[in-house]
Amino acid sequence: MKKRERRIFFTGFGGQGIVMAGDILGRASAIYDGKHATMTQNYGPEARGGACSSQVIISDEEILYPYVDRPEILICMSQEGYTKHVKNLVDDGTLIWDEDLVRPGKGNKSWNILRVPATRIAEEMGHKMMANIVMLGFLTAVTGVASADAVRQAIKDSVPPATVEANMKAFERGMEYGQAVLKSRSKGNG
Amino acid sequence: MRDKAVEKGIYFMNGDHACCEGAIAAGCRFFAGYPITPATEVAERMSIRLPQVGGIYIQMEDEIASMAAILGASWGGVKAMTSTSGPGFSLMMENIGLGVCTETPCVICNVQRAGPSTGLPTNVAQGDMMQARWGSHGHYEIIALSPSSPQEMFDMTILAFNLSEEYRIPVLIMADEVVGHMNERVVIPDIEEIEIVNRAKPHAPPEGYLPYRPGPNGVPILPNCGDGYRIHVTGLTHDERGYPVMTADAQAQMVEHLVNKIVLNREKIIKTTSFYLDDAEVVVISYGITFRSARSAVEQIREAGVRAGLLKLDTVWPFPEELVRSLARNVKALVVAEINLGQMVREVERCAAGRCRVHLVPHHGGAVIRPERIIEGIRAALKRKRNR
Repeated sequence: MKKRERRIFFTGFGGQGIVMAGDILGRASAIYDGKHATMTQNYGPEARGGACSSQVIISDEEILYPYVDRPEILICMSQEGYTKHVKNLVDDGTLIWDEDLVRPGKGNKSWNILRVPATRIAEEMGHKMMANIVMLGFLTAVTGVASADAVRQAIKDSVPPATVEANMKAFERGMEYGQAVLKSRSKGNG
Repeated sequence: MRDKAVEKGIYFMNGDHACCEGAIAAGCRFFAGYPITPATEVAERMSIRLPQVGGIYIQMEDEIASMAAILGASWGGVKAMTSTSGPGFSLMMENIGLGVCTETPCVICNVQRAGPSTGLPTNVAQGDMMQARWGSHGHYEIIALSPSSPQEMFDMTILAFNLSEEYRIPVLIMADEVVGHMNERVVIPDIEEIEIVNRAKPHAPPEGYLPYRPGPNGVPILPNCGDGYRIHVTGLTHDERGYPVMTADAQAQMVEHLVNKIVLNREKIIKTTSFYLDDAEVVVISYGITFRSARSAVEQIREAGVRAGLLKLDTVWPFPEELVRSLARNVKALVVAEINLGQMVREVERCAAGRCRVHLVPHHGGAVIRPERIIEGIRAALKRKRNR
């Protein structure tokens, strides 16, 4: 049987928690879903504001080559990240973007395209910096790439103790938004 | 304190952090360093973890001082380490030589980034491999390890401390940006399952004791400062008393000893991991992060019917000369993949000595070599008529 690997690519700019999002997803898979997972990161010499990305591979088997050159799921939280990486998304891939931060170009017809106002939702909740967690909730709901319980556990492990509750709320809001999008789609199709 | 040192469990951890956990598990209680990307996370975590286990963390003014400080700490009887990347590794060179000459156990983790100079601070390379071997002046031997995953960062840091204590020599962990910054599952075992080596201590009476006389395995049994022995520690050429002797004879005796304690123990020191060597007509030799691409390439090309094998260098220095020589007698080609324009391949060519083709898959640095390029390299090596 061909081994099943999921390849996910998060892109945005420094300070958005792009690497943390990748870390949480990898942690959820490697520790709580019992899979193999590898997270690598890419950033420039700047501490904040520069382009950055994190790449996650989730597999039933040992992961060798660690980069995601051709993601099947691409999450864009900046225009620059979208412009730079959208061409790498595989046919039939899933493209997700923060609708207030990215103005998309022409896509590939085979792509599953989903957008979410992750930063706006986080701002409405009073924690703009939790946009990455809202995005993780959305990603979990629309792709099932990791189990929701595993991601919840991984968030608890990763965020400062005083912010666990707010982060869990942000995750659930992202999940709800994703579930609502799926529901409206299935209605649209039926 | 002891249970804080080995926090048994399953973690999703980056290689830099795994290096720290390995160090503390091995008994490291002193770190002196200067933060530098992509090794900053080693210093950062050590600054948090060492105080929890009664250890000392010092941020030094630069890497020259960092290296000097860990030598001093080691003579004080503490297992000590530092971490750095290319520019800092260059600055450490002189004092690494001092550590070799004075036979001081210590560990240096170099999380390699692309050079020369400032280069690509946040991107991978394996360009310091020959600097690790020959970067300090004079003729000497060194031990260097090359981890390919966060788990190996943990395991090999323990091994590095054990080797440094056993052979009284600075041991280099030649990691790289991807291994350092990559998060993967890291299993930290129970403290009982971790083998720890501590330096031998002298029992002879201080009168007439010759601290630098080689012991049974070729390694001298040296006291720590404060153990009650008179000890002179110098980078000058010295005799078995540790005192400077400025003659060619003393130089020959000392250098011979420094080289032999590693060369004569190389079978115990060198570790490699082999895949499919039994039926291989072509063998890929690789190390560190590049090993993972090489393994992917070998698995793929074997499915296509090519009898390819793989040799992973866990220890890069001393180089496994005998093994590579015997491989060269039995295969059509050796393929070396590394993120530089040809460093360890020189050792492979030297050992192959024309007995088989040697083909290099190079990379300038900044990214990991893709498996497809190694597959192309294997095919090209098998097609090639003459050596390069």
